[in-house]
Amino acid sequence: MAKASAAVILAGLAVAVAACGNAPTTSEPAASSSASSASTGGGGKTLEGVKLEIAAKWTGDEQKNFEQVLKAFTEKTGAKVTYASTGEDTGAYLGPRIQGGSPPDVAVLPQPGLVQQYAKQGALKPLTDAVTKEIDANYTPYWKELGSADGKVYGVLIKAAHKSLVWYRTQAFQDAGVQEPATWDDLMKAAQTIADSGTAPFSLCGASAWTLTDLFENIYLSTAGPEKYDQLSKHEIPWTDPSVATALEKIAQIAGKQEFMVDGTSGTMQTDFPTCANKVFANKKSAMVIEADFVATSVAQAKGKVGEDAKAIPFPKAGDTAPVILGGDVAVAMKDSPGAMALLEFLASKEGGEIWAKLPGYLSPNKNVSPDNYPDALTKQLGQTIVSAGDAVRYDMSDLAPSAFGGTDGKGEWKILQDFLRKPTDIKGAQAALEAEAKKAWK
Amino acid sequence: MTERLDGPAPAVPREEETSRGGAAGPADTPRTTRRLGPSPAVAIAFLLPAAVLLGVWVVYPIVYSLFRSLFDASGKGFVGLGNYTTIFTDAGMLTTIRNNLIWVVVAPIVVTTLGLIFAVLTERIRWATAFKLIVFMPMAVSLMAAGVIFRLVYDEAPDRGVANAILTTVHDTFSSSQGYPEARPREGAQSAVAAQNGGVVTKQAVQAGQPVLVPIVGVKPAAMPKNARPAKAPTGGGGLAGTVWFDFTPGGGGAPNQVDAGEKGLPGMTVEAVKDGQVAGTATTAEDGSFRFEGLPAGSYVVRLPQSNFKAAYNGLTWLGPTLITPAIIGAFVWVWAGFAMVLIAAGLAAIPRDALEAARIDGATEWQVFRRITVPLLSPVLLVVFVTMIINTLKVFDLVFIIAPSSVQPEANVVALEMWRVAFGGGNNQGLGSALAIFLLILVLPFMIMNIRRFRRENA
Repeated sequence: MAKASAAVILAGLAVAVAACGNAPTTSEPAASSSASSASTGGGGKTLEGVKLEIAAKWTGDEQKNFEQVLKAFTEKTGAKVTYASTGEDTGAYLGPRIQGGSPPDVAVLPQPGLVQQYAKQGALKPLTDAVTKEIDANYTPYWKELGSADGKVYGVLIKAAHKSLVWYRTQAFQDAGVQEPATWDDLMKAAQTIADSGTAPFSLCGASAWTLTDLFENIYLSTAGPEKYDQLSKHEIPWTDPSVATALEKIAQIAGKQEFMVDGTSGTMQTDFPTCANKVFANKKSAMVIEADFVATSVAQAKGKVGEDAKAIPFPKAGDTAPVILGGDVAVAMKDSPGAMALLEFLASKEGGEIWAKLPGYLSPNKNVSPDNYPDALTKQLGQTIVSAGDAVRYDMSDLAPSAFGGTDGKGEWKILQDFLRKPTDIKGAQAALEAEAKKAWK
Repeated sequence: MTERLDGPAPAVPREEETSRGGAAGPADTPRTTRRLGPSPAVAIAFLLPAAVLLGVWVVYPIVYSLFRSLFDASGKGFVGLGNYTTIFTDAGMLTTIRNNLIWVVVAPIVVTTLGLIFAVLTERIRWATAFKLIVFMPMAVSLMAAGVIFRLVYDEAPDRGVANAILTTVHDTFSSSQGYPEARPREGAQSAVAAQNGGVVTKQAVQAGQPVLVPIVGVKPAAMPKNARPAKAPTGGGGLAGTVWFDFTPGGGGAPNQVDAGEKGLPGMTVEAVKDGQVAGTATTAEDGSFRFEGLPAGSYVVRLPQSNFKAAYNGLTWLGPTLITPAIIGAFVWVWAGFAMVLIAAGLAAIPRDALEAARIDGATEWQVFRRITVPLLSPVLLVVFVTMIINTLKVFDLVFIIAPSSVQPEANVVALEMWRVAFGGGNNQGLGSALAIFLLILVLPFMIMNIRRFRRENA
């Protein structure tokens, strides 16, 4: 596989060398004249002969689907696009290539934090007006800001993961005779009934702290609203703010009751992510797991069917806002070539988004991509929540924080939320600890 | 050396003397200042490759770490000894240092002792080689793989974790629990019963002729006895009587605190009638959950379901919880290294002069005395090698902790080497503090290194 793609790149280089004798800049002279017409989206194949490389972390089916989108781009513009897989650690793949002076034309970064980091290094090229226009048309200002650094737009979120979901086992709900809850209070009532029926309502993943941050973020976005969410994301308000206490109290409503968590506190703290979903769908010990759209994989592994054996509901409103939190991948340009810009424009467009949306396993953050394009009912439903939440959609807060705070095992927010799960009565203590860690991280 | 000595010099004394051409006669006094070996230039040329490699791979990194440890995360701001202060003031870091102390004290002693016992015992059994091979086998497994294995061994669920499977099997041989674990009284003001000391009591005193309702919820499907029959609302009649039942209608819809159709009784519950703190009578519920106290004097009683009804099945220990995690990981470490210690010690054992042991036995020493007074002292150089090697190994332990401890107990299981990596690369991105930790670790290892080197020198002298 790797060999084959290397061969393709080599072959490509050979052709390029033969044509112009100066490989790295081959496409420039040919394409620059036609660049403007390419970005205005004219009919002709304006980028004929241009070669592009795009690097992303996707493999397997995700890669195949993405390559179909790239094929559509090639058909439209004539530019040939090679896909390179970065593996799980995108930074480790891109770092040496940036330093070596041969980055891919376009890279897909798994975290917006990397946009800031690479922009500071000067490794990114600001997007052209044509691309920003496309972003303005299809995305809310929040996403534009997320892909910007120092006032310049560098990136566009092209693929999203929906993190505001509660998955449940239909049989458990039927046995207990409860309905899908729409609010947090309903959820607690349903949980009590399910606990009475002899099934533990929640399967929390205490050993995978990122699931706890997701839970917190959903409750916080719902109770405190998007403005406060943004402020807390940037540490503009302290973690000792009363709004944080409100959210932690809600978590304590679950963590404070042993019968609400499968295997109690001790068992929960040793359960990592796929295991907690398995406790619901494979072992049938629990009723609900609060995590993102990718729980569908666990359902499939347990030979269940999404929509029948397992269902997902939007995260219940704990306050005034119906929370929609996304994670996702940001595409950036690493070479200032017209081809790279045209590709980014295509990926940010309604047209490109809809081609991708028809393939399985994809969710678009683009508000103009109609949910009707999605192949299955669940994704349709998720797409609907994104469209209807409009300006209130937010990005995963812990992924926006410095990694020492929001992304390291046994440190920062991860550790403190785990400690809080063990001792849910100490809200003040948890807040003080969060603030102390945040101060260190945002120094 | 000897080749040179067999040259022209006749009957040279043991002192080494060069016999290069034109040398002044056989100087047998230490007066001579002539050097041994080739010229300095040649010596340097020969030393250079090794020196360069050592310099690049050992000396430079150490010096640079020392230098880097005086700067902050970005590498630009000079912080002096600030990073070192952080090490000794941060609460998490103190746990880390404490854990390393436990490791250094416990692990080498256990490994060396076990190795010694294995080595001595294998000398006497017939299948010694096979036994040694098995004990040595874990050495062939990488520490990373050993970590994965022990993560499973220590899994809390007895159906997955071997450690708890053994514990529960042993425990269940002596006592088995037959109750309703995690079941509890229905909460709320409407309910006639409440939880107390792990059991369930009626809120108000009850009298004969007045049926007692004890609604219980949260009964696990697996704990529900097969013979349970639908509960019946108790009718009056003689004596103190009532019903203990699972107050939950499958599929929902039942009224709380009332015996609805489809709700099952809980058979086998021990029920006590309590008066003034004294148990006046005991009854057991029938298949439909009903109970009746026979021959109880009239009066008002509190009806109680004692805690024994709700005792959870024994599920073994929480190996990977905050309290047991370090001993558990040390267990895995011992599993890996005991074989190595055994092989080294067995080699030393083979070199012990047999006549010393024989002499002791002839003089009437017991086997224990032989072991204690002859074998161990004669083995002590080897034991020391093993011990010191193990200390160095424990100080740098990383992978076992990283893999075995679930992320929620990583802070409790942390060790310096792991913290160093985490702070510098695994998310912290503070290479200044990481370098300070590396230097701290180096200082910890240094005394044992020096000890080892000294011993080598002594042996080679």
